[in-house]
Amino acid sequence: MSQATQRHDDTDEETLIEVRNLEKYYGDDGMFSPPPVKAVDGVDLDIKRGETFGLVGESGSGKSTLGRTLLRLEQATSGTVSFDGTDITTLEGSDLKRWRRNAQIVFQDPESSLNDRMTVGEIVREPLDAHDKGTERERRKRVMDLLSRVGLREEHYYRYPHQFSGGQRQRVGIARALALEPEFVVLDEPVSALDVSVQAKIITLLEDLQEEFDLTYLFIAHDLSVVRHICDRVAVMYLGKIMEVGETEELYEDPVNPYTKSLLSAIPRPDPTDESERTTLPGTPPSPRDPPQGCQFSTRCPAKIRPEGFEEVSEETWDAIERFREIVRERTRVELGTVDRVKRRAGLFSKYDDIDEAVKDLFDGVERPPVVDDHLTYAVEQVKAGHPQDARERLHEAFGSVCDRERPAHHQVGDRGRESYCHRHREEYDDVESAIRR
Amino acid sequence: MSEPVLSVSNLRTVFHTDRETIRAVDGVSFDVGRGETVGIVGESGSGKSVTARSIMGLVESPGEILPGSSIRFNGQELTEFDDAQYREIRGSGIGMVFQDPQKSLNPVYTVGNQIIEALEENQDLTGEEAREEAIDLLEAVAIPDAPRRLDEYPHEFSGGMRQRAMIAMMLACDPEFLICDEPTTALDVTIEAQILELLQELQEERGLSILFITHDMGVIAEIADRVNVMYAGEIVETAPVEELFASPTHPYTEGLLDAIPGRQDGSEQLRTIEGDVPTANEAASHCRFAPRCEHAFDACEQAHPQHVEVGPEHTAACLLYPGEKSRSERVEHHRAQAETGGDHE
Repeated sequence: MSQATQRHDDTDEETLIEVRNLEKYYGDDGMFSPPPVKAVDGVDLDIKRGETFGLVGESGSGKSTLGRTLLRLEQATSGTVSFDGTDITTLEGSDLKRWRRNAQIVFQDPESSLNDRMTVGEIVREPLDAHDKGTERERRKRVMDLLSRVGLREEHYYRYPHQFSGGQRQRVGIARALALEPEFVVLDEPVSALDVSVQAKIITLLEDLQEEFDLTYLFIAHDLSVVRHICDRVAVMYLGKIMEVGETEELYEDPVNPYTKSLLSAIPRPDPTDESERTTLPGTPPSPRDPPQGCQFSTRCPAKIRPEGFEEVSEETWDAIERFREIVRERTRVELGTVDRVKRRAGLFSKYDDIDEAVKDLFDGVERPPVVDDHLTYAVEQVKAGHPQDARERLHEAFGSVCDRERPAHHQVGDRGRESYCHRHREEYDDVESAIRR
Repeated sequence: MSEPVLSVSNLRTVFHTDRETIRAVDGVSFDVGRGETVGIVGESGSGKSVTARSIMGLVESPGEILPGSSIRFNGQELTEFDDAQYREIRGSGIGMVFQDPQKSLNPVYTVGNQIIEALEENQDLTGEEAREEAIDLLEAVAIPDAPRRLDEYPHEFSGGMRQRAMIAMMLACDPEFLICDEPTTALDVTIEAQILELLQELQEERGLSILFITHDMGVIAEIADRVNVMYAGEIVETAPVEELFASPTHPYTEGLLDAIPGRQDGSEQLRTIEGDVPTANEAASHCRFAPRCEHAFDACEQAHPQHVEVGPEHTAACLLYPGEKSRSERVEHHRAQAETGGDHE
């Protein structure tokens, strides 16, 4: 939205929301509980007044949790969220209630986020009632105004949500979010459930409303082309961490982080003549309960750094090793039953003999040079003996690089506020582009 | 081109309700050639999924495929099939992949059990042989550590893995024709890319013909050879994929493409199509898109547009064409076609 960009450029660059080291863990409630799910794992970001800030990522990346934590719909585990200078993570009672007027949310699913037993008028009026805004008559008038402002008609006041189409229901959700004249609105996948022609209408409406009411948006979506259209700046999340953040056009034109690159190249383009090179990522994101010790993206990264001493190993072999590590990692997550544990102690364990077959398939026609072979053989034996954890550790020791061991830092890239979370930006390593092309 | 694998002609599927008869699919015709991927694209309510279900014989009361419809698969007329024959064809000839693999896998059996069952049923494999084949199939759909995965339950699989397992199960029936109904819609974009790649590989290896149904123009551009655009139960435009994206002709197709963010310059406002997809509840005597069309004129409400050739293997059903004729000639042309063309009623 270049109009919007211009608008912000010549007004202010004032920060409305400042997030520092925000963490949100689930299931972290006792000494004996399993490791927590780190849904948001140390996030820093600034949202400027009047901008549309995009948050993209795949399911499980923590983007919705981050949005909800910013609104205090979830209580942060640690870190701060400053809204206009006030840390809202510690607000309570009437302060919290007063602040809540200022920050609203529109949900993805207009099917389930509206109460079917209330009329549209009541739904939109509810926040006004809850915050005791004006007299009965003023509220009614306000609701009528809102309905017409979002493209509905006054007679819709008395209808029920089920009488509306998906697009219309989303308009009701937007009217409700705007009822208290907030400054900041979180749009959590607001158009994902809608058909493309309806989607375009809702996006246009959101743009108009932003202009009219000076709103600041956090736009959460998995659809990258919608984000490109509507957002001024964008952050890309993966497994609770922001991988890259920057101005939208710049980031889309020239992504520097390996995850952003792969994600953007995976979007199916509505252009059959498009022949551009795809980077198809292997596997699926790891469990947020057991994230990699190093970079969150290291298990799938096409630009992962190899440790020293393996320069001579072929790409094919290395690839097979990484896939094998993935399999072993998966196996450490499988809980053994009591019988299996007894068998393991007695040395009679056989449940994992099938690892041989998996290895045979992976390394079929692939060299296993001596520098790697010992480690692989040891790991296979450990898995068979029912100790996949030992195998996993040995493989980590032997084949782990800085990407497996250390969390990267957020590196500044360029001079327009772009940051990327990747070891490759350090001087001693080749850059991302040449690593991916290899 | 040789004989098509699938030939649908004048398919009409209706749903009877107390008040009215919904014409979900209303006179749809298209072919799928051997080894070809044909796409059907449309918004919700366009009838694209009902088309798929009609071909698979999955239309149940109050739905009905009207007489006069024809679905020919390898020369056999499927509309005349009884349940047993249909089961046979679903077991060996036509496979189907749905949007939601969660619903198509049985949660109380392991994935292996379900694939082995399909193998026993359709390929007469049993015991160790069937197990080996099941492992091969899981590997064919690129599920890592297949031997262990075989003994896991569907809930232990991620969304993308479940879709792969679904595809493996379908391959167990060794089909030559595949119907994919929004198979990647519920998946993340990196996983979607994997599944599309997988389908293309399988198609090459096994010479599959595919009917691919989606609402996503990006996915269609990637996978389809030919595209049919559906609107309110009818195909309004059909063309080879490159031709369609380069020169969309029907105003609805144009609108649909313009509504996608990123097709135009980033700075422009998105173009929108006013109004909603109507529910077709009576025979079409007019253009169903006319109320939303910015090019509509009086006759659009009175004459039912017929398919007119507008380019190489490219037809559109719109009264604006053939473009070289005058408006009244065009209307006459469509009226005459509607009468002689044996089009419905």
